[in-house]
Amino acid sequence: MRIMALVIRILRQIIRDKRTMALLIFAPILVLTMLHLVFSGDEYTPEIGLVDIPGKLETQLNLEDAKLKHYETEKLAENDLSDKKLDAYLVFDQMPPSVVLEGSDPSINGAVMKWIQDALKPIQQNGGNQEIQIDYLFGSDDMGQFDYFGPVLLGFFVFFFVFLIAGVSFLRERTTGTLERLLTSPLRKWEIVAGYIMGFGLFTMIQAAIIAWYAIYVLGMLMEGSFGYVLLITLLLSLTALTLGILLSSFANNELQMIQFIPLIVVPQIFFSGLFNLETISEWLSWIGPFTPLYYAAEALRNVMVRGFGWEMIYKDLLMLLAFSLLFMILNIAALRRYRKI
Amino acid sequence: MKNSIVSIQNVSKTYGKHQVLKDINLEIYEGEIFGLLGPSGAGKTTLVKQLAGLEVPTQGENHIFSEKMPQLDLIKRIGYMAQSDALYTELTAKENLDFFAALYGLKGKEKKQRMNEVMEIVSLTDHLGKLVSDYSGGMKRRLSLAISLLHSPGLLILDEPTVGIDPVLRKSIWESFKSLKENGTTILVTTHVMDEAGKCDRLGMIRDGQLIAAGTPEELMQQTSSANIEDAFLAYGGA
Repeated sequence: MRIMALVIRILRQIIRDKRTMALLIFAPILVLTMLHLVFSGDEYTPEIGLVDIPGKLETQLNLEDAKLKHYETEKLAENDLSDKKLDAYLVFDQMPPSVVLEGSDPSINGAVMKWIQDALKPIQQNGGNQEIQIDYLFGSDDMGQFDYFGPVLLGFFVFFFVFLIAGVSFLRERTTGTLERLLTSPLRKWEIVAGYIMGFGLFTMIQAAIIAWYAIYVLGMLMEGSFGYVLLITLLLSLTALTLGILLSSFANNELQMIQFIPLIVVPQIFFSGLFNLETISEWLSWIGPFTPLYYAAEALRNVMVRGFGWEMIYKDLLMLLAFSLLFMILNIAALRRYRKI
Repeated sequence: MKNSIVSIQNVSKTYGKHQVLKDINLEIYEGEIFGLLGPSGAGKTTLVKQLAGLEVPTQGENHIFSEKMPQLDLIKRIGYMAQSDALYTELTAKENLDFFAALYGLKGKEKKQRMNEVMEIVSLTDHLGKLVSDYSGGMKRRLSLAISLLHSPGLLILDEPTVGIDPVLRKSIWESFKSLKENGTTILVTTHVMDEAGKCDRLGMIRDGQLIAAGTPEELMQQTSSANIEDAFLAYGGA
């Protein structure tokens, strides 16, 4: 089994290189943890302005857990809001009061809205279920939060690290002359590609499982659907990262040139993966999205993790990822023709 | 007349406008040590890579074991050692041997036996378990050689095999070439070291992509009335 020989060799190399192994597993965990702490760290205490609040009403409301400031007129509150002295203010000219949010930071928006709901609970029981009117000074209420872009980040980091490490290790195979050596052995070109995919695939499977498990069960990332689907999606995504990394490594002459692909190939994908609202991207750019693997992986991950959907909602995205991998594999085999014609 | 193992027929190679090989014709016979002598940049490596199946000529044909290259079935019967040590430095010597042996379909007892045999030839048996990154330059060279011998190839192609190896070891490696030759292996070595050239059965002198002379060292020296190979080379080169 020539492919198995290749698989065993690659696994041995990875295990020997502790630092790379650590990078593949702990770097995504570290970054996700930091993001988690940054975006949903300690409960935020909002600063709220109360405009012209009737004294009788104030005693009824649940006004704990916020820094409060009273205003005579809405104009004064608005000034403080735009000076970022306030996160939001409530105007009590009607019942229920209307809310104006500063709005540029989604995590603060969330905290304020939660606080307002709690604060108004006592009077809503009396006053019925009228909708609260909400206005934003900046931004809008469809801005995402960690739960919303967590799945994208999960996919992105898996993609990023697998891309880099597979690419560099294949590059090294080329620059150290071992690729040439392999090609003077009876190994076929497709066997080299297949060996790489299986060797790294096995390792990636473990990597994806550990990272997804950590994000969901330790960081408490929102998880509505099945863990198995998340694994399947990340595995297919790493397959595309692996094949793309190997493919692009043939256009790099050293490690630094491999790194140069990151801002060109890897980072732009994050813009089209739904981390930023796709509908707000300029039309002349938005067509790029469907050409990036992360677009499909992020959509599938969000469908499973946020929306709790199953197979019938993700299989199309999975097929697209598979198609990308196949395309990259064929191109890989073709690229190896440069080194041996048969 | 002996069997021709390597037959290079009217081979030319151009990269873009640059002509690296010009109409080369050469026969290498069974069981001989053939030396390809020439300065670096003369086209030795390009020619040798064609014979190893890595390159194809722009014009002409290469035949090995009377069949046209490149072919996977022929590649199996060739042992190739490149100029750079193609080794996985993060693995041990044994793991490297293990990997390459498996590529050539060796397994079980036979694999173990071959691994021991080739390490014996290059006197590295004591360093089997060592990481290749801890090897010295000469040891890496010898390990590369051992790997190219693993599958008992009928034709051994060695690109500058003794670079960076001390005289004592160089002598012992040449002795192993001789014993391989006695077992019927045909060996093609490239070199730019003139005293090494004298140890070959026959020599091909290559300069600017042209084969300027071929024959036994004695013939070449006689024809140019030179006292040594170096003078003969200069004479053929028109100096």
